[in-house]
Amino acid sequence: MTSASPAWLASPNDISEAKKRLDQHTYETVQWHFHESTGSPFWLGKKAELKFDPLKEVKGFDDLKKFPMFEDEWLRGGPVERWIPKGLAGKPTYVFETGGTTGIPKSRVVIDDFRIDYELFSHTLPDDYFPKGANWLMLGPSGPRRLRLAVEHLCQYRGGICFCIDLDPRWVIKLIKKGWMEHLEEYKKHCIDQAITVLTANHNIKCMFATPKLLEALAMGLAEKGTTIRECGITGIFSGGTEFTPQWTRFCVEELLEGLPEQSGVYMTPTYGNTLMGLACSRPITDQDNYTIAYYAPEPRAVVEIVEFDDSNKIVEYGKTGRVKLYTMTKEFFVPGFLERDEGERELPFAKYPWDGVSGVRPYHGFASSTTVGVY
Amino acid sequence: MLTIQPLRWGKPYNSLDTFDVIHFDTGEAIAKIGQVTGGMVQLDMRKAEQARKALRKFSCEDLIEKCQKAAQLFEHEPLPVGDGIQSVSDFIYQQSASTGLPEHMCQSNMKKNCFVLSNMGKILDCLTRGLPLSVYTQGYGEEGRGVTVSYQCQSPVLGAVLPNNSPGVHTLWLPAVPLQVGLVLKPGSQEPWTPYRMISAFIQAGIPAEAFCLYPGGHDVGSTIMSKCERSMIFGSAQTVQQYSGNPRVQAHGPGFSKILLGDDIVDRWEDYLDMMVESVASNSGRGCINCSGIWASRHTKKIAEAIAAKIGPMEALPPTDPKAELAAFTNKQMATGTWAMIQQDIAESGVTDMTASYGPRLIEKERCAYLRPMVIHADSPSRGVAAKEYMFPFVSVVECPQKDMIKSIGQTLIGTALTHDALWIDELTNAVNIDRLNIGSIATNRLNWLQPHEGNLTEFLFRNRAYQIAK
Repeated sequence: MTSASPAWLASPNDISEAKKRLDQHTYETVQWHFHESTGSPFWLGKKAELKFDPLKEVKGFDDLKKFPMFEDEWLRGGPVERWIPKGLAGKPTYVFETGGTTGIPKSRVVIDDFRIDYELFSHTLPDDYFPKGANWLMLGPSGPRRLRLAVEHLCQYRGGICFCIDLDPRWVIKLIKKGWMEHLEEYKKHCIDQAITVLTANHNIKCMFATPKLLEALAMGLAEKGTTIRECGITGIFSGGTEFTPQWTRFCVEELLEGLPEQSGVYMTPTYGNTLMGLACSRPITDQDNYTIAYYAPEPRAVVEIVEFDDSNKIVEYGKTGRVKLYTMTKEFFVPGFLERDEGERELPFAKYPWDGVSGVRPYHGFASSTTVGVY
Repeated sequence: MLTIQPLRWGKPYNSLDTFDVIHFDTGEAIAKIGQVTGGMVQLDMRKAEQARKALRKFSCEDLIEKCQKAAQLFEHEPLPVGDGIQSVSDFIYQQSASTGLPEHMCQSNMKKNCFVLSNMGKILDCLTRGLPLSVYTQGYGEEGRGVTVSYQCQSPVLGAVLPNNSPGVHTLWLPAVPLQVGLVLKPGSQEPWTPYRMISAFIQAGIPAEAFCLYPGGHDVGSTIMSKCERSMIFGSAQTVQQYSGNPRVQAHGPGFSKILLGDDIVDRWEDYLDMMVESVASNSGRGCINCSGIWASRHTKKIAEAIAAKIGPMEALPPTDPKAELAAFTNKQMATGTWAMIQQDIAESGVTDMTASYGPRLIEKERCAYLRPMVIHADSPSRGVAAKEYMFPFVSVVECPQKDMIKSIGQTLIGTALTHDALWIDELTNAVNIDRLNIGSIATNRLNWLQPHEGNLTEFLFRNRAYQIAK
């Protein structure tokens, strides 16, 4: 957690302007999702259960607290069409899944959100390290995942071609649950072999997505072959996962990537995201900041709050620990407050993202022992 | 508060992840320990050859001399540990405070480690059966009968995943250093003290720091050490031992199931051996694999059990600073209550009697820790489940069994003390492959002669004997 008044702190004016934009966006989003002509069957159905009229009584972001907490169990099973707003009916629709190792996965229908989210994210990437036109490697899960298509779109949006590997995270979780650790190791090798094959096949790959575990495994796999991520020509890495700790990030930057970007020429940006929310960017990582990783949601399309463990409507003080609460407000999807499976510390607004952030993200201690994190 | 950082080939690494070592009784933080990850270990192991190279700059004899100096430093002098200077009394306090072991027992364990270090020359002479140590440095040499022998080093480093609460086991990895093999240690989260102090003593004695890695961390650190070191040792449960059984790269140490067997020829004089039996059961708070967990005889077993119970049943849970304290605390309270629940099942079996039942409650629960007071259980037959049990406190089952059935019934036994003069039975015991270390006569199971290879000869583990011919 960063304290006091750091140089990167957002100005009061920027914070105030951002809040106004958020209030306006909230109002418009609620009007869209609860109007009979544009809302989804799901939310129009829920409207009848509410003790207030969202069309009249939600005028700004703080009014979202009137809604009951979003339950991700609502996302299991069909028909998924109930989630499509009438205002977007007939548009080509994707369904992305999360979980699903056993039982019915949670599904989210998406039309354009993953493209919009990743295009916004694209504008945060430094072109020096993520050159336009460069090809990418997607070293992450394949299958019915938002991430797979989103990274490919990000690459295409920046003018490149994306190379992918086969990686089934549900099988990885089954291997862990069965205790088949040798099989797990072999499966990891199988994934890394695919990545090394792509990287060494003259495809002009300069950028990549990787989860921390796979990034580490790739670095080790390349080291076995006497080379490094830098020597393979990678200059920009976009990474994501809750197992990002300051210490791991420092190890990654100093030892796997051979130094901070100005020394090594390799830039790595951690992100935090999921199928429900989109993608939260991090403040640049510096050694002076002890490799603190602080994420900022893509407001006003999504908001992250850090709330008391026993009162999800009460935000903790800056620097204090609480549960991560998400809001999503796009034309395709509306989440008026959802308690994530993570906890962290509330961070001060950043100049580039003048709203609250979160650092030290880790599995919520109430779930930690039963949660399998960072499996791939 | 002391901050102790990982050591990567002798260099401290200021980790951003730290773990607090807590006083078992007060909850006070004693030290902050920096943590590493498996990835860091994996990366470092690519440079493992450097450790042996650094040690091979010295002869084995030089290193033995430095071990003797290290012993002196370890036992008597203040040493740099982490960001502070640790005195001997600091060390004893810290070790007792985190492991729950009474302070005087910590001091005894310290002396045991020092004995091994001070006598390293003799110990290596025994481990190598008198071979010139240059054979191990050079890889081959002259055995002394005009025969060339070769011992090829199988790993530049010895990895070890060390236990949390048994400061006595460290003697097992010490001889690696004078054999010019580096050390890659994962200290137990509650017992970082001995490895850190010992490595500090080695370095202060002039042994190259680049020969040592100390990696506090999570499970992934242990599994990486096991997978990346060509030779490693691990301390764990019977299940851990089973898991690595037959794996030539791993020496697994688990429960000892050490026993005392009374022969029919002396059993009527069992009282002569009572003090030896009590010491075997209760020394070092019964925590070690070398403590006796079974006493077997064909008759008088109830009387033997009663007599032992009378000696150890009254033992109280005293503060660790009390010189009379004989019991270590379970720093993890759940471990004590879980053990107690298992014992309840053991003693519910027909034919099993709790001989310590009349000496007051056994499970003593405190706010942050718990104690289990000594237990002596009588079993009327080897088929009772309790006959094959071992727990982490003074706990012994006295088992009635005909002498002729004993060897096949006792199961795996790390240390077997056989009280007999029966030459035929001694011959059978000598040939019993389920007994690792055999004592004939009245020798307490915890009294190890360090000049005898113990629980897997380290030279045979680290070096491979092979043919080597030189053209004349």
